[in-house]
Amino acid sequence: MSQETKEIPFENALKKLEAVVQSLENGDLSLEEALKQYEEGVHMADLCTKRLSEAEKRVEVLIKTDAGKLKAVPFEEESTKKRKK
Amino acid sequence: MKIGRGAVPAWPAGRSAPILGEETSPLQSVRQIFSVSDLTRNIRFLLEENFSAIWVEGEISNFKLHSSGHSYFSLKDETTQIQCVMFRRENQSLQFELKEQLKVICFGKVSVYPVRGQYQLYVERAEPKGIGALGLRFQELKEKLRKEGLFDETHKKEIPYLPGKIALVTSVDGAALRDILNVLNRRFQNAHILIYPVEVQGVGAAESIVEAIENLNENGLADVMIVGRGGGSLEDLWAFNEEITARAIFNSEIPVISAVGHEVDFTIADFVADLRAPTPSAAAEIVMPLKEDLLLKVSYSKERLFQAVVGLLKTWKQELKQLKESYSLKNPLAIFEIQFQRLDELRKNLKYFFQALIKYKEEKLSSLIGQLEALGPLATLKRGFSVSLQLPNEKVIVSSSQLQLGDKVKTKLQKGFFISEVQETHP
Repeated sequence: MSQETKEIPFENALKKLEAVVQSLENGDLSLEEALKQYEEGVHMADLCTKRLSEAEKRVEVLIKTDAGKLKAVPFEEESTKKRKK
Repeated sequence: MKIGRGAVPAWPAGRSAPILGEETSPLQSVRQIFSVSDLTRNIRFLLEENFSAIWVEGEISNFKLHSSGHSYFSLKDETTQIQCVMFRRENQSLQFELKEQLKVICFGKVSVYPVRGQYQLYVERAEPKGIGALGLRFQELKEKLRKEGLFDETHKKEIPYLPGKIALVTSVDGAALRDILNVLNRRFQNAHILIYPVEVQGVGAAESIVEAIENLNENGLADVMIVGRGGGSLEDLWAFNEEITARAIFNSEIPVISAVGHEVDFTIADFVADLRAPTPSAAAEIVMPLKEDLLLKVSYSKERLFQAVVGLLKTWKQELKQLKESYSLKNPLAIFEIQFQRLDELRKNLKYFFQALIKYKEEKLSSLIGQLEALGPLATLKRGFSVSLQLPNEKVIVSSSQLQLGDKVKTKLQKGFFISEVQETHP
């Protein structure tokens, strides 16, 4: 699997964030626990936002090198078309 | 009776056929008059002999499925149509549904329905046009893989919610790729997309798709892959109906979304994929959530998080304020004052109680003393009586028989006493 999946996936971070919100809204927490949860929630929210914005736009196409190995190169529709022609 | 083509009774040579309305005919004597039934029977034989096992291609119209299970329809082309009937027994063995406007190839015989004098095609078998052998292979492979369990829900992998890297296994110059890239770009601009160019039709197409799926898996190049192409004929889509393609999809560790052709096109790849998208564009929509939706969701959750904590802090602050303003915190000695007061009260009570007790005891004592004085020997002595005690043990003498001559006797008076000696005793 790719690099990204090794870190906390977006979905898990979002789920965690929602769980924290739920428990804080229920309200029966100690001050210490509540602050800990809040910190965790903020961390998750930032992580989610980061996940959504960090990845740069990348469209690559795999080509076979002369050695027969696969290599990912940036994909541009026009250049591919030209090459095809 | 069997009549071949042109075997209807011939007119004598050199004579033309009788013209309708001709008053008299020299051939009246030889003319053969058919009953309607006979004629129809002859026509039927003619037709059945010449069209007993034929294939006809056309479009279905006026389709009616009778409650008896027989179906009635016309087959037509641009200018012409022919009535058709397909009986229940044949209907039941159909692999697809006959319906209006469907182009089909029918096999059967042409015969006559004598009741109406109507010729029609008695259909024994029908195939959707363009399927034929391929259709059969499709059905057979589908059945085989289904029996093997390749389509079972239990094998379906979950599609990641926000895949880090999406692989597109399709042709680089197909419509599918453009559609997918457009949709992805609209939904999530900074997605990471990896195109794996493959042949999607023709010789070697299936092999190139298989190679792509295997390579992506071996090198762990993606979190999810879309395998597909744009619309085309059944032949065009055939690479997605090959067994090797199906097995490669089944064996893929990376979740596979199939996206082949249009919504109506179903391929074996669709059945075995972890998820079937009706079209390549739909696959892109399935695989990538709208970025704006996600951002909104996160910021909404963050806002709620903040509000919840602010709410909690407010509540705690309020509680703290109430505590601070409470009576005991403001006058910490108040608690002691109350206790002191109580203590004083108890002390007072105790004192009062003791005094009362002492007074009671004193009164009781003097009353006892009074009684004692009234009944005691001292008062008697006062009145001149005395008490005699035998010595040495000072035992009160109440009878003379207690005494011996010479015994010493102590006699107590009101004041003082004296000792005397017994000289005589009298009973």
